[in-house]
Amino acid sequence: MPVNEEFKPTIVAFCCNWCSYAGADLSGTNRLQYPANVKIIRIPCSCRLNPMFVLRAFQRGADGVILCGCHPGDCHYTTGNYYARRRMTLLFSMLDFLGIERERTRVEWVSAAEGAKFAATMNDFSATIHKLGPNRRLEDLRCRKD
Amino acid sequence: MQRVGVFVCWCGSNIAATVDVEKVAEVLAKEPGVVFSTNYQYMCSQAGQEMIQESIAKYNLTGVVICSCSPRMHENTFRKTCEKAGLNPYMVEIANIREQCSWIHKDKETATEKAVILGRAAIAKVHLNAPLTSGTSPVKKRALVIGGGIAGIQTALDIADAGFDVDIVEKEPTIGGKMTQIDKTFPTLDCAACILTPKMVDAAQNEKIHIYSYSEVSSVKGFVGNFKVTIKKKARYVDETKCTGCGLCTEKCPQKKVPNAFNLGLDNRRAIYIPFAQAVPKVATIDADYCTMLKSGKCGVCSKVCTAGAIDYTQKDAFIEQEYGAIVVATGFNPIKLDQYDEFAYSQSPDVVTSLEFERLMNAAGPTGGTLLRPSDGQHPHTIVFVQCVGSRCDDSKGKPYCSKICCMYTAKHAMLCREKYPDTDVYVFYIDVRTPGKNFDEFYRRAVEEYGVHYVKGMVGKVVPENGKLKVQASDLIGNQQLHIDADMVVLAAAIEPDKSARPLATMLTASMDTNDFFTEAHPKLRPVESPTAGIFLSGACQGPKDIPETVAQASAAAAKVIGLLNKDHLVCNPCTAQPDELMCNGCSSCEKVCPYGAITYVDKEFRGPNRTTLLRRVAQVNPAVCQGCGACTVACPSGAMDLKGFSNKQIMAEVDAICR
Repeated sequence: MPVNEEFKPTIVAFCCNWCSYAGADLSGTNRLQYPANVKIIRIPCSCRLNPMFVLRAFQRGADGVILCGCHPGDCHYTTGNYYARRRMTLLFSMLDFLGIERERTRVEWVSAAEGAKFAATMNDFSATIHKLGPNRRLEDLRCRKD
Repeated sequence: MQRVGVFVCWCGSNIAATVDVEKVAEVLAKEPGVVFSTNYQYMCSQAGQEMIQESIAKYNLTGVVICSCSPRMHENTFRKTCEKAGLNPYMVEIANIREQCSWIHKDKETATEKAVILGRAAIAKVHLNAPLTSGTSPVKKRALVIGGGIAGIQTALDIADAGFDVDIVEKEPTIGGKMTQIDKTFPTLDCAACILTPKMVDAAQNEKIHIYSYSEVSSVKGFVGNFKVTIKKKARYVDETKCTGCGLCTEKCPQKKVPNAFNLGLDNRRAIYIPFAQAVPKVATIDADYCTMLKSGKCGVCSKVCTAGAIDYTQKDAFIEQEYGAIVVATGFNPIKLDQYDEFAYSQSPDVVTSLEFERLMNAAGPTGGTLLRPSDGQHPHTIVFVQCVGSRCDDSKGKPYCSKICCMYTAKHAMLCREKYPDTDVYVFYIDVRTPGKNFDEFYRRAVEEYGVHYVKGMVGKVVPENGKLKVQASDLIGNQQLHIDADMVVLAAAIEPDKSARPLATMLTASMDTNDFFTEAHPKLRPVESPTAGIFLSGACQGPKDIPETVAQASAAAAKVIGLLNKDHLVCNPCTAQPDELMCNGCSSCEKVCPYGAITYVDKEFRGPNRTTLLRRVAQVNPAVCQGCGACTVACPSGAMDLKGFSNKQIMAEVDAICR
């Protein structure tokens, strides 16, 4: 990759249907800006996120992955976000072990009423990824099309 | 490969101002499997919907991607549109290019680029969509109410009023609950029995209501619309159908030294008893722990005096199985045990009582016939100290962190009634805060202070010491900034209230969730306050949180309305996006069952073809689609990857990831 080309990170945001996806919609309704390289994937609950999806995203060239769910205790399915929290904690230590920067993955709780928090989180996360630069460690070059 | 149609919406200028919709449609047309791609001003309008329907027919589409507003807005609209055109509604995917694209970006080029990527992800997903059909499950038109207090009675009456059969299961020999023990109710001071007992009689006489008294729920199986419940009818050693409730046996029983639970042990009853005169059903019950006949086989007085021949010493616990469409939990509350609060000398002096005991001492049907007398010597008390928040609003492990809500009001009531009946008594109330939010509540409290001259002191009682027949109360007065020493005749403790002990095992049976204080949690604290997150389980009264009587009755009726809504349906439509195990991959490890918050997963032994024409019996998971809510917790927990979620399958999500990262 030429050095002078501007780095445009790819960020995948997994959002639970009940809180965070609605929070993302709200930040849109309130016209709160965040970088366009954040792309949202809707999942029913944060506990639907298989850590494999995160690895897959990194493998395919994502530079950052963020999971957003309902605040602890507010899960639509009662306990889903607790499962998600535990699984992600395990994934974090695994990524640490693999030498992937800890900051490339993040878990945030965003309620349906927190449009502003959603936008702020995405701005902050995007800035962090910008600083880190492209993900080269887990990216599987065989997946690249170019 | 699906034949996909892409429909890009302008949403007037909402999308079209920042996203080049024509370009999006053009680029997406080149995606694999896309046979038709177009854009239109208002896709959700009738003209837009007709265009989608015509295109489905014309291009023989098997999948539809709509690039428009949030799926939370119009997913259902477009699903219905496609369904009318003969396409399975779950073959529709929405790319959210308004809320999550055009509205948050200003640069047209960036927004267009993002819209294309979001569209690609939706196309990648729709290729893997499978037609889903919502199953239906029949609804058993009968409701179960667990708990026969005022909450349970009101819920049952309302459900019965709508024409459905209701069963009330009450663990005590009579329905009525805590309200039967209360003397007067705040803020109107009308007598509790006068408003409760007619309702108890109504419930008993209602043809649609069946009361299982002295019974407990012993197991619950099934799911919304189809619960299978086993009710344990405890042996009461009296034939309910024969007993006339004359009460002769309760007078003749020689075992006189049984603490009367109804009066909280303030007096004694016989081993055979009817809790109180207005009990419903008015049937005697033998207390097996005290009955000489049952313990040693010698006595039999009750059976000799019973003219109806209702006494049956050989009676055994009976188990009744019944099916229900909905279950209402109305298990209520209890005051906490005060073992941890010995600074108030509750265990040392009989003159230190809880508010509920005080209620019995004031009650005309109570142990003192309504005359307020000290339990120790039967003398009239002249100085009474009320202590608020005993165990409520505690930040330590001794008590409860929450406010018990009703204590401020009933203490004001007690103080007022004391001063009214006995103007010569000095009444002190020690409080942290006086909390009186409620209709006519603050007026009521002010009357206690202003008209009845009750001494309200902000501060807590530190210690109560019984000394020479008096109770020495040491307390702080925070406003006067002084220590107070009061020689009291009686101390009344406003003990915190907690959920009934039976609630926790019941919650496990029902897979209904509870908070850290064992109160049942509601599906949504504001918008679904009377439903449990578990479908078909409803909450009524103080089992969900501390409540006074008006609130309890309101919630009881609300729960009944929800039950009636459910029972009115012949069939329930299930969410088709449920978990589905691949039986060939499942090894029956139970990982999925453990994480399922709804108890939707069970295991069956199934026969599989083994090598050399053998059959193997293997334990595999089964998901009940009527119970599964589709959260997907099990799909991740499954170590062999056998569990997947329809509509949000591993492959579908992976395809989206790939499309975004491409």
